[in-house]
Amino acid sequence: MSTMEWMVMIGGIATILWINWYFFLARQVVSNAAIDLEGVQEVTIVVEGGYHPAVVRVKREQPVRLIFDRRERSGCSEEVVFADFGIRKFLPTFGKTQIELTPSQTGHFTFTCGMSMLRGQLIVQD
Amino acid sequence: MPTTSPLMLTETRNLADTSETRAHTTTTRAKVTIPVKGMTCAACQARVQRALQGESGVIDASVNLMLKNAAVTYDPQMISSMALVEAIRETGYGAELAAQDQTSFEEQEVQDRAQEEEYRELRYKASLSGVVGLVAMVLSMPLMGVAGADAHGPVADPFMRWAMESMTPAIRAVAPWLYAFTPWVLSYALLALTLLVMGWAGRHFYVRAWSAFRHHSADMNTLIAVGTGAAFLYSVLATVVPEFFLSRGVPPDLYYEAVIMIIALILTGNALEARAKRQTSAALRGLVELQPRTARVVRDGAEEDILVENVQSKDIVIVRPGERIPVDGEIISGASAVDESMLTGESLPVEKHSGDRLIGGTINRTGAFRYRATTLGSDSVLAHIVKLMRDAQGSRAPIQKLADQVSGIFVPIVLSLAIATFVTWFVTADQAPAMRAFAAAVAVLIIACPCAMGLAVPTALMVATGKGAERGILIKGGEALQRAGQINTVVLDKTGTITEGRPTVTDVVPVLGSKWSEKDLVRLVASLEASSEHPLAEAIVRYAQEQSLILETAESFQSVTGQGATGVVQGVALAVGNEALMSGYAVDLTETKAGAERLAGEGKTPMYIAINGQLAGMIAVADPIKPTSREAIQQLNRLGLTVVMLTGDHPRTAEAIARQAGIDHVVAGVLPEGKVLEVRRRQRAGEVVAMVGDGINDAPALAQADVGFAIGTGTDIAIEASDVTLMRNDLHGVASAILLARRTMRTMKQNLFWAFVYNVVGIPVAAGILYPVFGILLSPILASAAMAFSSVSVVMNSLRLRRARVA
Repeated sequence: MSTMEWMVMIGGIATILWINWYFFLARQVVSNAAIDLEGVQEVTIVVEGGYHPAVVRVKREQPVRLIFDRRERSGCSEEVVFADFGIRKFLPTFGKTQIELTPSQTGHFTFTCGMSMLRGQLIVQD
Repeated sequence: MPTTSPLMLTETRNLADTSETRAHTTTTRAKVTIPVKGMTCAACQARVQRALQGESGVIDASVNLMLKNAAVTYDPQMISSMALVEAIRETGYGAELAAQDQTSFEEQEVQDRAQEEEYRELRYKASLSGVVGLVAMVLSMPLMGVAGADAHGPVADPFMRWAMESMTPAIRAVAPWLYAFTPWVLSYALLALTLLVMGWAGRHFYVRAWSAFRHHSADMNTLIAVGTGAAFLYSVLATVVPEFFLSRGVPPDLYYEAVIMIIALILTGNALEARAKRQTSAALRGLVELQPRTARVVRDGAEEDILVENVQSKDIVIVRPGERIPVDGEIISGASAVDESMLTGESLPVEKHSGDRLIGGTINRTGAFRYRATTLGSDSVLAHIVKLMRDAQGSRAPIQKLADQVSGIFVPIVLSLAIATFVTWFVTADQAPAMRAFAAAVAVLIIACPCAMGLAVPTALMVATGKGAERGILIKGGEALQRAGQINTVVLDKTGTITEGRPTVTDVVPVLGSKWSEKDLVRLVASLEASSEHPLAEAIVRYAQEQSLILETAESFQSVTGQGATGVVQGVALAVGNEALMSGYAVDLTETKAGAERLAGEGKTPMYIAINGQLAGMIAVADPIKPTSREAIQQLNRLGLTVVMLTGDHPRTAEAIARQAGIDHVVAGVLPEGKVLEVRRRQRAGEVVAMVGDGINDAPALAQADVGFAIGTGTDIAIEASDVTLMRNDLHGVASAILLARRTMRTMKQNLFWAFVYNVVGIPVAAGILYPVFGILLSPILASAAMAFSSVSVVMNSLRLRRARVA
């Protein structure tokens, strides 16, 4: 094999390793919900090609208000589904939609778009 | 969206309704949710709550600080909703009875509009990109002629090269001037066109891909963005610094027209998918459109057309023939035939008279009438159905789990595969390794379609729940639908499910030679039973009234649970009931024994009548089976299901009913708790059990069953208690629902199979697995066409369910 071929091979393997590390192992930014005067844990999640922040940490047995701020037209993100809470909500384009829930159990609860492609996580802790 | 509008609900419910023995108690109450303004802390909340609870007529008041509203349950005969508003205002906070809640409808309408806009935009972008793509192909043609000779290289994509070579003679004849341009000019013109298409039509792919990437996630946009972006950057370098490539023995290939065509094809696929997806919710849209915009109400003695949102509970509404009924209510004067087919699937109009319930959204056919508005806004039957359907369509079927898991890791894996493809080709190809490696890697990125997996189950679920709703079958969600597809045993409650649920007197048999005539017996027994609330007693009283008999007031009355009743009417001692009751009074039944056996054998419930300790005759009551039951049960049998009847009746009566209905398996003499035990016993034996009942007195059994079917109701209680609610009061809906569930599961499996197989086969083919043997290398253009077709085909397959025969 030529030097060029060796370089391509090593570069390729390194890129594959980096992709898998970046998407599966690298730590995502976890956002803690802010608690307002009424004792409601509130987080605004921007919907644009995904959920930002995608991981939200909240406390158990305390009301949670998630404000989804959808900043795109893509049909992919028009709905958000919290399967564990039986919640499905349409998110109007360039609008904010509130979802309110009170988690009674601790754990990691995934929320997704209508087609499960966009994903986020609600971490409920004591 | 108004999330805090008042929701009015007036309910009249029969409580304490337990199985065969029923005691009717009627309570009237109303619920209203009033938005409250100005509350800032828990103290405000407590103040408003205290004020409301202090009002007489308020049954329960709950003030929610977060939602800024007060949910009040009250007795409308004691206090009005306006008085509640006043009570809140007196505490210093703002309150107003807003328009009726339209959340479900509005949400659906907004979603429809957004989907329509998205479709139009995609269609526009796809068609313009397609046109630009054709222009780019034409501009690329002169470059082909200089292949190998010019620094700006040939058209790299093999499919495009083939297509353009075929068109070259025609272009040469029509536009020979095109060949006068230098390759340099043409290359830069192509670059500009590609940049235009990428920056305008395909912009969202790159924006979303970048946005996802920043947050460690990747989706379909990532694949498209990386695929087309890499091809574009390669082409730009080949255009600007071709020497860089040539000096390293790599041809400076151009992929401009391929990039444009890929974007155009993917946009076309997205547009088709958006249109098809819109069709999956057509049934839901149809339901939303049932809601009329205005209502004619009587206000201050005058007729007035008002917006339906402004109709208040208890308003008198006027409906003329041919008009749609604006809100739920109860007829107070007039009569008509009402077409309820859009909600119940019942094809014949239903006769409605004073006191009958009306459902908003149905059509008045013949007469004019006035009615009193009852449930409004999000508590109306139509809103319940719309909400139920929206929830169902957004729910997850367990079968989707695998697709969800694969979707979550799909894109990074495809990115890895694309790189592995590039490296493999670069290292192993004898000729033009860089070009082949690049084409194959781009093809891998473009052909991979996570969307088909994501669409496989939800689209089928949407079409199926919509189709069900059109036929009056409301399925609660994906899980219920999946379980319904696996049912092998259907347990039917007898009363009200197989039978009409309204017993009638069929035979009155005086003992031979008795001084009491048939009429005497009916009059006396009815006079006694008038004090009872048992359904059999009600049947006897109704029968006497139909005979225009004048009933006496019983001097005494005693109910003997499970046996009958005793008492004194006009000085005679009466006992009416079963064998056990008679043996308690040592009444000789020999004379009527055979007759009673015969009546029980006909599915009737015989009751002995003893007067002053002597047997005087018999009265038989029967609950006739519904005309549709037998045929529906045959349908269930044809589906290969075991049909079981559960009843509290005597075994002989039960067997007779079962025979009439065509049921082989009967469990008689079952108490309400026994129904749950029977369902559980069958589940333990490995059967997947559906329980069909009226949704109220069968609630525990409905909950225990794998799938609970509530039949013949549209009430919120029944919808809550069951997995499937049948709006029509016949058993055909059970067979239709099971058949629909089976068809839907088949469609979901087909979709998932196709989505997986497409990717499992498509990706290796794009990577060039067929090349060593067959010399086939897939062009990225064909890959993009396949990708677009893949997700569209899944949606189209789901749409086939709309035409599936389920009855």
